[in-house]
Amino acid sequence: MSYLMTISPDFAPELIAGWYIFNTWLQKQLGEGIHLELFNDFESQREAIRNNQIDIIYANPFDASMLIREKGFTALVRPVGKQDEAVIAVNAARSVEQVEDLRPGIRIASTDDPDVHMMGMIMLEPADLNVENTERSVVDSYIIVAKQLIRNEADVGFFLKEAFDNLSNFTREQLKPLVESEISIIHHSLLIGPRLAAQQDRIRELLLHMTADPKGAGVLESLGFQGWEHIDEEDVEFMIDLMDTLV
Amino acid sequence: MQDMSLDDIVGNPREYELTFYDGSSRKVYVTEIEAPYPDGKLIVSRTDKAGIITHVNRAFVEMSGYSKEELVNQPHYILRHPDMPRAAYRDLWDTVEAGKKWHGYVKNLRKDGGYYLVYATVIPNIRNGEVVGYTSVRRKPSPRKMAEALTLYAQMLLEEQA
Repeated sequence: MSYLMTISPDFAPELIAGWYIFNTWLQKQLGEGIHLELFNDFESQREAIRNNQIDIIYANPFDASMLIREKGFTALVRPVGKQDEAVIAVNAARSVEQVEDLRPGIRIASTDDPDVHMMGMIMLEPADLNVENTERSVVDSYIIVAKQLIRNEADVGFFLKEAFDNLSNFTREQLKPLVESEISIIHHSLLIGPRLAAQQDRIRELLLHMTADPKGAGVLESLGFQGWEHIDEEDVEFMIDLMDTLV
Repeated sequence: MQDMSLDDIVGNPREYELTFYDGSSRKVYVTEIEAPYPDGKLIVSRTDKAGIITHVNRAFVEMSGYSKEELVNQPHYILRHPDMPRAAYRDLWDTVEAGKKWHGYVKNLRKDGGYYLVYATVIPNIRNGEVVGYTSVRRKPSPRKMAEALTLYAQMLLEEQA
């Protein structure tokens, strides 16, 4: 039997090779065929999820909620020390110094990453800004969010903090972060679907012991992870409850 | 529940006696000093079904002025400010006990007698079809909506006291 693995479309493009290396490593360890399919956007990935095509997924917290509560997936692990946080930034030349300086009618540039957009909108609330008095343009990547700000095609941009930190120095110097989230509880996680449920303990053990194995450690490095840590059902339920309070 | 201590209060307080839904009461001291809500943070807590705190995050500890040890195992009404009408909390409990999500603007009381303003969301934690407790998440409010809520609460308080 062959399985299908996929990655949340908000992964950093420079890590594509790392996910292929991870998939090869996992296939060897399990002795199972696993095909890695990468989707360009959240909607096409959700369509595959709805059609029960996916067996292993490194999921965005929004999708984790749906996968666990509606599709019978189980969360196994999350990357050590990696949380999803958002940054709101403006063009560095603007006189805006804090969120409260922003006014209705502003143009927001963001990607289709649902948790970053949600966190960004929450951080605009103290300026009495919401979906009704702002304009949103959805772009394909955080690089394009940055470009729109630099060209004054957008007034504020929402970034995944990790993506903002990874912009080139030249780009970042032309931007000014106004606020960063400090939520700490929202994170991506690796989940398996019902067809792999019988192998759940084995897969989790393999992942948790990757740091102890020289090859495994190299694979983690190619993903930019220090290692995986165990998450139990209650950890994930807590995160999903928290997400529910925010939407 | 234990009364607030004047030793903890910063500024010139007013004194109130609060009575809670469970019949217990508490002497509280209140000042007009607002602790500004920090940008980007969420205050998170969980309670059991009876409203007893089981979990608080760091932002909760920082904003309330209590230590984690002083908060866990205490009723969530340790934060109750006398400017909040009883009807607001009745609405909260009626909503979450019916298994629904509650949103509202809340003025919370700090250990030092000051206050902080939040937009709060409370949801029931449902496990295997049963409500096992509640999660509350508070964030920085819209100042306009907060001001509207405080005006409404002042009217509601007058009606409750009439």
